[in-house]
Amino acid sequence: MRIWRSKRSRVYSIHNLMTLDPRMLELQGIAVSPGVAIGKAIVFDREGYSIARCLISRSETQREWDRLVEAVGRAHQALGAKGKATTESWGADLGGIFSAQQQLLLDPHVRSEMEHLIKDNLYAAEYAVSEVFAKYAAAFRKASSSFLAERAADVRDVEQTLLEALTGKPTQTLKEIPHEAIVVSHDLTPGETAAFDPEKVLAICTEAGGPGGHTAIVARGMEIPAVVGVGNFLHNIRSGDEVIIDGHLGRIFVSPDGPTRQRYLQRQIARESIFTELSELRDLPAVTSDGVHVELMANVEFPNETQACLARGADGVGLYRTEFLYLGHDKEPTEEEHFQAYQQVLRDMQGRPVVIRTLDLGADKMGMSRPIEPENNPFLGLRSIRLSLRNPALFRVQVRAILRAASSGNCWIMFPMVTTLDEYRSAKFLLRSVADDLASEGIRIPSNIRVGMMVEVPAAVLMLDRFIEEIDFVSIGTNDLTQYTLAVDRSNDSVADLYQACDPAVLRLIKQTQEITSKHGKSTSVCGEMSNNPAYALLLVGMGIRSLSLASSTIPVIKKAIRSVTLGQCEAMAWRALRLGTAREVDAFLMHQLAGLVPEIVLQA
Amino acid sequence: MITRVVTVQNAEGLHMRPADKLVRTATNYQCQIELERAGQVADCRSMIGLLTLGAPQGTQLTLRAQGPDADLAIEAITRLFDSQFDDP
Repeated sequence: MRIWRSKRSRVYSIHNLMTLDPRMLELQGIAVSPGVAIGKAIVFDREGYSIARCLISRSETQREWDRLVEAVGRAHQALGAKGKATTESWGADLGGIFSAQQQLLLDPHVRSEMEHLIKDNLYAAEYAVSEVFAKYAAAFRKASSSFLAERAADVRDVEQTLLEALTGKPTQTLKEIPHEAIVVSHDLTPGETAAFDPEKVLAICTEAGGPGGHTAIVARGMEIPAVVGVGNFLHNIRSGDEVIIDGHLGRIFVSPDGPTRQRYLQRQIARESIFTELSELRDLPAVTSDGVHVELMANVEFPNETQACLARGADGVGLYRTEFLYLGHDKEPTEEEHFQAYQQVLRDMQGRPVVIRTLDLGADKMGMSRPIEPENNPFLGLRSIRLSLRNPALFRVQVRAILRAASSGNCWIMFPMVTTLDEYRSAKFLLRSVADDLASEGIRIPSNIRVGMMVEVPAAVLMLDRFIEEIDFVSIGTNDLTQYTLAVDRSNDSVADLYQACDPAVLRLIKQTQEITSKHGKSTSVCGEMSNNPAYALLLVGMGIRSLSLASSTIPVIKKAIRSVTLGQCEAMAWRALRLGTAREVDAFLMHQLAGLVPEIVLQA
Repeated sequence: MITRVVTVQNAEGLHMRPADKLVRTATNYQCQIELERAGQVADCRSMIGLLTLGAPQGTQLTLRAQGPDADLAIEAITRLFDSQFDDP
């Protein structure tokens, strides 16, 4: 029974191992959501359209070019017909767009670039089309004027028309995955992952991304295996290829050979039996063998995840991310939409605590109509509580909905990314004023709502002794705390290796936070990705943390780990880990400890 | 080479339909025709090139033509700008 191992001791490289089937390709990425999936790949390009990235032989280039030229002719006709129909129904003004799109199709630069890619770089026609059009669409989108940004959609429309003319069938988008498949893509936006049909997506695999990214969070929420940060490999895989995704080891096999396939089929069966065993722990508390209780809460993204929380035996919702309401929608959500979502989660959790975190997004991620100045450093920019405080009208809508829903359960409110005491006070002031409004409307608000903040900016840790009198609780968001402490953009592949939640600097900040809160009798939870790793979870317990919030799917294995140790063992781990000098040493030490303390959940490399 | 300065007068700027008309007009002539905005040069037969100029209302562009019918082309294209591409 071995289902866990360190995420750090990996080699991120692409290599083609000696295998029985020469077509089999083995890749290594970062495992971010456990599980094994075997299925057909569906490959999407950077814009979320499925593509065929393949190369042709030199003898085929002329035929491929002729094929493209013919398709351009057909696409031209198709646009002409659309233009004519639109002109008849809606007038020449709208119909004229298609005439303009025809010019994009016939653009001499576009044409010569596609010709170059096919004849010199041996690209298949579809590949050449998507490369060239994607390039221009991206250039338009990046342009500072909204004038050009809007043209990107026209470029993509023309591309889709041309691809349809080439293949004779409509292209697929991420929203309409036709059958059970493993989604393979360069990267996925939060909006795209939010639109996934969980019945259809067996696993996710992306070239980009890191352990704390959105894909990781969504995949764990959906309880499907995911491997990210694989590096460039989309040219080696086509839609329809068989793929194995190993979400424990971060391995991917494209066109696996017989023995590999057999091995993974067996592993799938074994995994199911482990889960059966772990699920028997559901109704048992997470207590160490010497009786210290640790609260295990679930991180929730979508209201319908509450069933999984309860099934896994969560003590509550330690982090309810409310961003899904804003993602994948063109309009800002209404108060009623907020209210319905919060009420459902509070009711479903039947009196268990539900910590609702207010909007934690960058301005760029919100599908809002008003234009937003592009930021050089979005992670240091107008996001999260800063964005909410800058848009009090929008913030009030969310706060009103939370307060209205509060009487449906045990509601806690948490403000994210608080950096200064002023921010916290402003947020709380707004909360109080909304509460007064509601009271004057005769809406009853429970008096015991607890209000707290995320600790994820080092400044908040340094100033916590000043915050502490004004807050009811804190939750340490280790993902952002790691990013801001180590000055590393966790979505940037080039520096992803610096991003380590077990870095001693991050551990010291967690320790400092825990010491201050426990001195004042305020509760502290850790809600970052860190809590999902059994070794780190034990370390946190050893550091005095008594509440963890994690993906519901990992609750059983963390519970198993906690039930297997004594508090003294955890404290000894923490004592030693806090005296180490580097993230590598900490990780190696913790993995070694875990292997000794709970060998049955450790997966050997 | 003939050079002239033209101004984008229509409200929506050099967007899809005006650029479409420019390309259609330019293809009637044999000469090379370019538009330049602050150092950025676009071939008048390339829709992508023209859009990339990103020229909103009020932008001044340098129009250049070289070839046998350059004078006719310059006249025709200047007329397009002056008539605001017949764009409301």
